[in-house]
Amino acid sequence: MRLSARDIAIERGGRSILEGLSFEARAGAALVLLGPNGAGKSTLLRAIAGFLPLAAGAFVLDGGSSEASLGEQAQYLGHADALKGALTAGENLAFWAAMLSAGSGVGKGDSRTPGEALARLGLAHVHDFPALSLSAGQRRRVALARLLVAPRPIWLLDEPTTALDAAAQGLFAAIMREHLAAGGLIIAATHAPLGLEGAVTLPLGATRLTA
Amino acid sequence: MTQAVLALFLREWRIARRIGGGASIGAVFFLILVTLMPFALGPDLNLLARIGPAILWIAALLAALLGLDRLFQGDSDDGSLDVILNAGLPLELVVLVKCAAHWATSALPLVIVSPLFGLMLAMDVKPLALVALSLVAGTPALTMIGAIGAALTVSLRRGGLLMAVLALPLTIPVLIFGVSAASAASGGAAPFLTPFLMLCAFSLFSLAAAPFAAAAALRHVRE
Repeated sequence: MRLSARDIAIERGGRSILEGLSFEARAGAALVLLGPNGAGKSTLLRAIAGFLPLAAGAFVLDGGSSEASLGEQAQYLGHADALKGALTAGENLAFWAAMLSAGSGVGKGDSRTPGEALARLGLAHVHDFPALSLSAGQRRRVALARLLVAPRPIWLLDEPTTALDAAAQGLFAAIMREHLAAGGLIIAATHAPLGLEGAVTLPLGATRLTA
Repeated sequence: MTQAVLALFLREWRIARRIGGGASIGAVFFLILVTLMPFALGPDLNLLARIGPAILWIAALLAALLGLDRLFQGDSDDGSLDVILNAGLPLELVVLVKCAAHWATSALPLVIVSPLFGLMLAMDVKPLALVALSLVAGTPALTMIGAIGAALTVSLRRGGLLMAVLALPLTIPVLIFGVSAASAASGGAAPFLTPFLMLCAFSLFSLAAAPFAAAAALRHVRE
């Protein structure tokens, strides 16, 4: 599986955010977006997920499903955790597992139950706790568990390790390595090193600081 | 697909039940509005009985819009809407399911308690039954019209008032036919069936059209 971008341009509110950007992300190796605040890392991830229209260029996915859109083959993990405070961690994950399996041509692979996914992230004991009562780091880990309950080949991660302690960061690095080894594709925007060997970096916005 | 629809309905249902008193708070708001009327109008039982259907309908209209502004805003704020957009379920269907859950948790309780509250307005048994019946037929249209307003104001921080301003004028036809159906038994101008069928038509039309309008608004506002 390979995701290539050709001459991407993105505008928001009449202002150009990214121009003439080309890159290629291959299965098995993570693509890490680097750049200062406001460089357009989150914008690029949201554009890949299909939330923002492209002013020019296109994304081409080789080896994916022809029936589902790029966004429907991707798991987007943004700044927000997409958890409902009134529901327990297990209910949140069970909902996403059912919801994200609705698409066509995706959701294959070995999905884990909410309990297994939480255990993988070291949170088996919070299964029946309301998400509201969890700490920021715990909420983040429950959000990461969403990647496991609804398997999709492409992971779009926006600052995935925010609020995680060192042990949890190591745990998540191992989960990402498993996903890559299974032929998955990861595109991540981050300031902190993710602990992935052989990751390709894509610097963004280096020349735009003075603009 | 069915599994995803059921999961979404169950999630909305659970959230509504667990947050802010759920169904009961709308019913209490309804009760307060109905209780205020005799204080404002004076204890003239004949007058109250005559305008009772109108009072119940206006109170139900306001209570049904209560909480509707959060229909999509909660999901937008916590990032759920992003994930839902890529879930593979058509957004129109998502809107419809969320509206159905909202109707079941906030409008249906109003319908159930309306005969009880109508007693306080000195209404007879038959008008009470007709009010409840007209509310069953009319409230789906209120929810669906409100959903369009909720979708348009999803990204605004204090969108609740704007949503009401957008949606309330559109509910005028529903109100007209709702009250005219409900007051048929207490000496209204029209027979019951004609306005009642118009109400049903409004609800069916809004069920068919509003999901597309709300989904289009959501997609546009998100960009």
